[in-house]
Amino acid sequence: MLNFTLKQLTTELAAKRVSSVEVAEFFLKRINTLGKTLNAFISVDAEKTLTAAQAADRLIAAGKAGPLTGVPVAHKDIFCAKGWLTTCGSKMLANFRAPYDAHVIEQFNAAGAVTVGKTNMDEFAMGSSNETSFFGPVRNPWNTQTVPGGSSGGSAAAVAARLAPVATGTDTGGSIRQPAALTGICGLKPTYGVVSRYGMIAFASSLDQAGPFAKTAEDLGIMLNAMAGFDPRDSTSLERAREDYTRDLEKPLAGLRVGLPREFFAEGMSPDVAKAIDEAIAQYRKLGCTMVEVSLPNMKLSVPVYYVLAPAEASSNLSRFDGVRYGYRAPEYGDLSDMYKKSRAQGFGAEVKRRILIGTYVLSHGYYDAYYIKAQKLRRLIAQDFVAAFKQCDVILGPTSPGTAFKIGEKSGDPVQMYLSDIYTIAVNLAGLPGMSLPCGFDRANLPVGMQLIGDYFGEAKMLNVAHQYQLATDWHMRMPQGI
Amino acid sequence: MSLILDDVNRIAHLARIEVDAKEAEQVLGHLSGIFALIGEMQAVDTAGVAPMSHAQDLMLRLRDDAVTEADQHAAFQAIAPQVEADLYLVPKVIE
Repeated sequence: MLNFTLKQLTTELAAKRVSSVEVAEFFLKRINTLGKTLNAFISVDAEKTLTAAQAADRLIAAGKAGPLTGVPVAHKDIFCAKGWLTTCGSKMLANFRAPYDAHVIEQFNAAGAVTVGKTNMDEFAMGSSNETSFFGPVRNPWNTQTVPGGSSGGSAAAVAARLAPVATGTDTGGSIRQPAALTGICGLKPTYGVVSRYGMIAFASSLDQAGPFAKTAEDLGIMLNAMAGFDPRDSTSLERAREDYTRDLEKPLAGLRVGLPREFFAEGMSPDVAKAIDEAIAQYRKLGCTMVEVSLPNMKLSVPVYYVLAPAEASSNLSRFDGVRYGYRAPEYGDLSDMYKKSRAQGFGAEVKRRILIGTYVLSHGYYDAYYIKAQKLRRLIAQDFVAAFKQCDVILGPTSPGTAFKIGEKSGDPVQMYLSDIYTIAVNLAGLPGMSLPCGFDRANLPVGMQLIGDYFGEAKMLNVAHQYQLATDWHMRMPQGI
Repeated sequence: MSLILDDVNRIAHLARIEVDAKEAEQVLGHLSGIFALIGEMQAVDTAGVAPMSHAQDLMLRLRDDAVTEADQHAAFQAIAPQVEADLYLVPKVIE
């Protein structure tokens, strides 16, 4: 059961060779042992999990099982789940029990999936290493001295360490793809607007998008089928016909044009990452693909643009945490203003405060045009680069991250170095495109390397087809860390 | 452009975050590095480019002007720091 894909697991459940309760107990045991060493979860509630598993078993017995019924899912602690602690990795929400379910949670519950716990994450999803969590860093199962990436580090570590077969995450600047790469699993960020943000604690609303983690591209498609769909409660949810994201998995790739952005390969990639990506390109040639050089000339500006827009939106979104209606309130204060200031100073960690301050500055009088509007203009140029590139190719391929998992503490003292580790992922969020990461090799220290695929708008099914065909020809995605 | 301590204290006040003198120095150091990175934006000419606020350039959807929410104030106030008689309590603001 340890290394089963979601697809294999549902086959076993449907054939009644194993029950959902047995599956849940198997993974809960792992979460309570290895999960503690890795610090991958913030909350676990065995009673709730087993109740859901029993309900799933009844559905299976009644012949009403769907593709996710009885499957354990680990949810990033950014999704409100009724009755569960929903902390967003922050002291601000350390005791917050969500009074309602996020749309994503509703969808999984309706499908009969079983929540096995809420996973650790960078505070308010602000980080690339999972070191900003109030609940402590998550450890990478491939080497526990290294980070699992972030911000969805707990979800990625959970799937990589086989603490759950699949998990959910969110991606504002790479927070699904980068941890998937650093932990040797698959993760997908859909086109902006495909998955409802209702009940997902907001960081940067024009960039935030939820998506799945799994071992295979096929499993990602099954997960996305449950997660996607119009929801009137999110004003940016797109009204589109439902689609089956697994429909194109088996299509051969002969004749497919794969775009290689010159800027991705120019500099910055570690030699081990470059080697693994080159080998992936060679594999795609064998599958009949044609490589096309494309250019994203404004990509180098994506990091500065992101660090204006995301903090600006965050400073607005996080103004709701004031110690009045929910969340942390300082124990001692003077007047109302002092209560706000002390509650926010004590409730937020250093990185979150830093970003609120950046955002407040770039939106303040006299700086708005020079920073915020300037960044929005550059955002358009970055998006236009992709539109031009997709006239020449069907999918874009490159690295997900410039390096493999780095040591805990290595970059946490230098925000700029940390921000630059998202150089390959951020432009995708700015353009609103779908992107994914899948494992494609290891470095000399046996740490996983991820390759990134970027699709055109609503090109999720195509992207999953391209990933699935690679996974039929290779086995990087089934490798597990030693000793787990 | 370089930031000074007064900027840090001003934006901390606007953001309603208490920052003590020692913390302000540290924040200044970090923010200066970040603004040096952000400054790279100014090298590109964006004359005539329209700002982009939505990835698909869509307008937000409007809904009918109808009541859609049920009254859940009891559930919502159960998690508030301080409530009395269905009201959120805060320090006195009018003398």
